[in-house]
Amino acid sequence: MKNDESQMANMNLSDALDIVRLTDIGLLRDHNEDAIASDDDIGLVILADGMGGYKAGEVASEIAVLSITAELKEAISDSQSGHAAAALDTLRSEAQLIVDAVTNANSAIYNVSQNYPHCAGMGTTLVLGLFANNKLLAGHIGDSRMYRLRNQFLVQITEDHSLLQEQIKAGLITPEQAKFSANKNLVTRALGIDPDVELELNEFDVEVGDVYLLCSDGLTDLVGDEDIQSTLNANSSNLLWAAETLVQMANDNGGMDNISVILVKIKNSFDCKCSWYDNFVGWLK
Amino acid sequence: MAKLILSLDGAFLSEYPLIEERTSIGRRPTNDIHLDNLAISGNHAAIVKAGNDFYVEDLNSTNGTLVNSAATKKHLLQHDDVIEFGKFQLKYVDEAASNDDEAAGLPAFEKTMMIRPSALQSNTPQPLVKSTSSDMQETEHSFSGQQVSDQSVPSPADAATTATPSVSAAGKVGRVQVLNGSNSGRELVLNKALTTLGKAGIQVAVITKRPNGYFITHVEGQILPIVNGVSAGAQAYALNDHDVIELAGVKMEFYLANH
Repeated sequence: MKNDESQMANMNLSDALDIVRLTDIGLLRDHNEDAIASDDDIGLVILADGMGGYKAGEVASEIAVLSITAELKEAISDSQSGHAAAALDTLRSEAQLIVDAVTNANSAIYNVSQNYPHCAGMGTTLVLGLFANNKLLAGHIGDSRMYRLRNQFLVQITEDHSLLQEQIKAGLITPEQAKFSANKNLVTRALGIDPDVELELNEFDVEVGDVYLLCSDGLTDLVGDEDIQSTLNANSSNLLWAAETLVQMANDNGGMDNISVILVKIKNSFDCKCSWYDNFVGWLK
Repeated sequence: MAKLILSLDGAFLSEYPLIEERTSIGRRPTNDIHLDNLAISGNHAAIVKAGNDFYVEDLNSTNGTLVNSAATKKHLLQHDDVIEFGKFQLKYVDEAASNDDEAAGLPAFEKTMMIRPSALQSNTPQPLVKSTSSDMQETEHSFSGQQVSDQSVPSPADAATTATPSVSAAGKVGRVQVLNGSNSGRELVLNKALTTLGKAGIQVAVITKRPNGYFITHVEGQILPIVNGVSAGAQAYALNDHDVIELAGVKMEFYLANH
């Protein structure tokens, strides 16, 4: 798809982003139902935590990660390459590209779960980030999270779709009580469970020096935000060390679930005034 | 299954398994738990189920509801909580949690499941509608498996709540004391999972507190940390009592002490 012209016209985001990803089975589960991927050309990071079915959770999370990554990569490369035919087809905004890719992944998982009995009831959480033009589009479904470390402060930028979060929002329990709840495992939204799914998608401004963390609940159920913050602050230039330390902390605290982390550090500005981009800015407003 | 044990002035009266979505308590005979005493309001309180959790809710009773001796309007019940109405006590017992004292009150680590928002609205959360019988068996199996292994793995409760692992094997907490320079004599308690030492941009190391002891790891700078006069290397290095650490020209002693 790409020609020389397109290479010139487009900034490869690998110059702007440092990405490290790590997944670990933990200490108690016999297989890893998490799936993770990243593509630093198009600035995509994606993580899914599969569930349900007879050991089919990993089927759901694999389908989600592979199909969304492939679809976004193709769509974004096409729109960047300036192919007339492709360009006509892909005047969709990046936000719309993500929504479409997630919708297609949902259908794919749902269809498999309907047609294969051992996959019945499978589904997956999802958290993904697409970096473009000094912005981050962050989408999620379920209780996989995204955090941002800026000026040494860690902030959770996704809100879990979980029973616990609903209870906290409704004022039924405090976040402090939530730590002792037996409902940690109940999500209110998942990919592939129903014919339709609603992705929560938000846009954030990105600053050089930011560190973004995508993780499954295997990390956040066992490692407090304060420890995550101090780990990322201890050495934000060595992302692999930070990722390994986070996984180790979760395992030290019991390793009850699969643990996945993706870390993204913003090294340089990636402002890019492409015409197709301006089109979707208009769409977002 | 969770249940309530009713007693009067400490004498056992009855036992109530918590099966229903809502269990009412009061002086009126229509209540699920009928307490015939003037100190009890007609509709005094209710136990409400939410997923695997139970709440006690005071229904604006005249004399109030106490949980563990503190007045409460609404409380998320934990194993061994004692609810008091006048002279009556209701003890909340969660048998799943009480199988293992270690696990009492710990967060459950069952597999993630989906529940329907519609189920939420009707206040009757039903786990994953599509779950087949094999699903359920698998979930139960994994839960009982966890009960067993809880004994061999460190308790996650401390980490989840106070953000520090449980006290190290020896029951002691590590400290470092600076031995030279302007900060000589200064002490630092290593009560966090991770403590950063050194000067940013020159030499930085972290000491991690783990269930099997304390470890120092190099994270930044050309020079690796020195322990007892020898380079500790680039990997995590286990610290022993009274080791002397050298970082960016500063010497400090690591030692274990009681709280």
